[in-house]
Amino acid sequence: MEKQLHIRTINSQKLQKTLKTGGCGECQTSCQSACKTSCTVGNQVCKNN
Amino acid sequence: MTKLNFNNIHKFSFDDLKILIDISSGSVHVIDQISWDFLEQLEICEGDWEEASSKLVDKYKNQELNEVVRELQGLITNKLLFTPDIKDTDYQPSSNPVVKALCLHIAHDCNLRCGYCFAGTGAFGGDRSLMTQEIGERAIDFLFNASQNRRHVEVDFFGGEPLLNFGVVKELVAYGNKKAKELNKVIKFTLTTNGVLLNKEVQEFLDENNMSVVLSLDGRKEVNDKMRPFVNGSGSYEIIKDKILQFVKNRRQEDYYVRGTFTRHNLDFAADVIHLAELGFKEISLEPVVADPTLDYAFKDEDLDYLKEQYEVLTHYYWQRYVKGQGFNFFHFNIDLGHGPCLPKRLSGCGAGHEYLAVSPQGDLYPCHQFVGKPEYKMGHVLTGIENKEVSKDFQNSHVLNKEECVNCWARYYCSGGCHANNLAFGGSLLKPYKIGCELQRKRLECAIFLQVKKHLISDNFTRY
Repeated sequence: MEKQLHIRTINSQKLQKTLKTGGCGECQTSCQSACKTSCTVGNQVCKNN
Repeated sequence: MTKLNFNNIHKFSFDDLKILIDISSGSVHVIDQISWDFLEQLEICEGDWEEASSKLVDKYKNQELNEVVRELQGLITNKLLFTPDIKDTDYQPSSNPVVKALCLHIAHDCNLRCGYCFAGTGAFGGDRSLMTQEIGERAIDFLFNASQNRRHVEVDFFGGEPLLNFGVVKELVAYGNKKAKELNKVIKFTLTTNGVLLNKEVQEFLDENNMSVVLSLDGRKEVNDKMRPFVNGSGSYEIIKDKILQFVKNRRQEDYYVRGTFTRHNLDFAADVIHLAELGFKEISLEPVVADPTLDYAFKDEDLDYLKEQYEVLTHYYWQRYVKGQGFNFFHFNIDLGHGPCLPKRLSGCGAGHEYLAVSPQGDLYPCHQFVGKPEYKMGHVLTGIENKEVSKDFQNSHVLNKEECVNCWARYYCSGGCHANNLAFGGSLLKPYKIGCELQRKRLECAIFLQVKKHLISDNFTRY
């Protein structure tokens, strides 16, 4: 890509590709409720990534 | 160029930054005012680039507008902007679900009487029973078997208060570790406690077994004591604060979370997070209560603006501490823009009912801890396995692409459609998200993404903690 003067890209993720490459399921379980430390999925890290 | 779908991007401003998210790819960009204005016009002009430029010629130079067009189109070409979303047919939940985590309700009893306890002050609507070692061991057998070829499994000791049944916890940890070794698997234990029974023996055991610990404390004394009293009504703050502080100090700040719940009684909850941070905790989580709307501590729609402001207050405090090298983790601000979960994980969410199950003290299986004791959600028993597979299927199919209100929400791949139990309690359906929860979730995510972008933009020449 050419030099960007107006837009700075912080991360060039291609999440949609992981639909086929991901899903190993070895990651930590997340909980979306308020009664546990609700490990909302977005707060997690993929250990294989 | 194909028609642009503005449901596939989200932009927001926070303080000095304008942030643009490409939802399907997960890419995040910082944009300037011209780009912001151009995107606004582009949407109004339904994707007509020339028309959008023409609307801005009085405000910006042609050269600048051409640069913005070139940069935006470059991002589209590189699949970093307006990336088409996947179709709901692209994702099919597994026909052979693998259970990888169990929540063991080791004690349906508690030494506190927290006002907001979803478990009905620890008893889950039933008798105040404790899980036996026998049932616990069969639950672990069930987990190893149901986890099939998956190597990592998790067990969370939950309650009630798990330390009221500490003897059985110890036996089950030993049993789980022994079985994991035999099967060449890795088992991870977590214990969630209110801290009342923490002592040297408990600490030594939890440390020696590398157990994660979640410690409950709501923040300021008056806030904590209003909702977390002992059975006799007296406040718990003074006792548990010191015990939890000592526990965390002995642990050298490792592998724990101090977590609390905020309610309508402390809408100024940022002060409680700040209180916990200033006590010295570095791993903090404070969560909005989920409660029947008729209860006095349940949030109301009119609280939302104030609650969102509180997340902004917290964001500014978090950042001040971070730049001083005195940072702390606020759980909901943890977000890894480059190494987050894969899309299948983001679609399946918490996995309740198929990857994650809860076990009652009697050994009955439920989709998660929030459903324990509800007969219509009983799925089976640790001795006989999953018998009611329909419940499992219902939960598997309640993913974000099947939720009408989620499919166009910008936060869909961060939030995964929220908590099933909350959705059911408020919307009457697993497929209907809980509105207040959604609003707060989106705000938290904007704060979290803003902070990650700020961290990216500054030179990282100082120690975070």
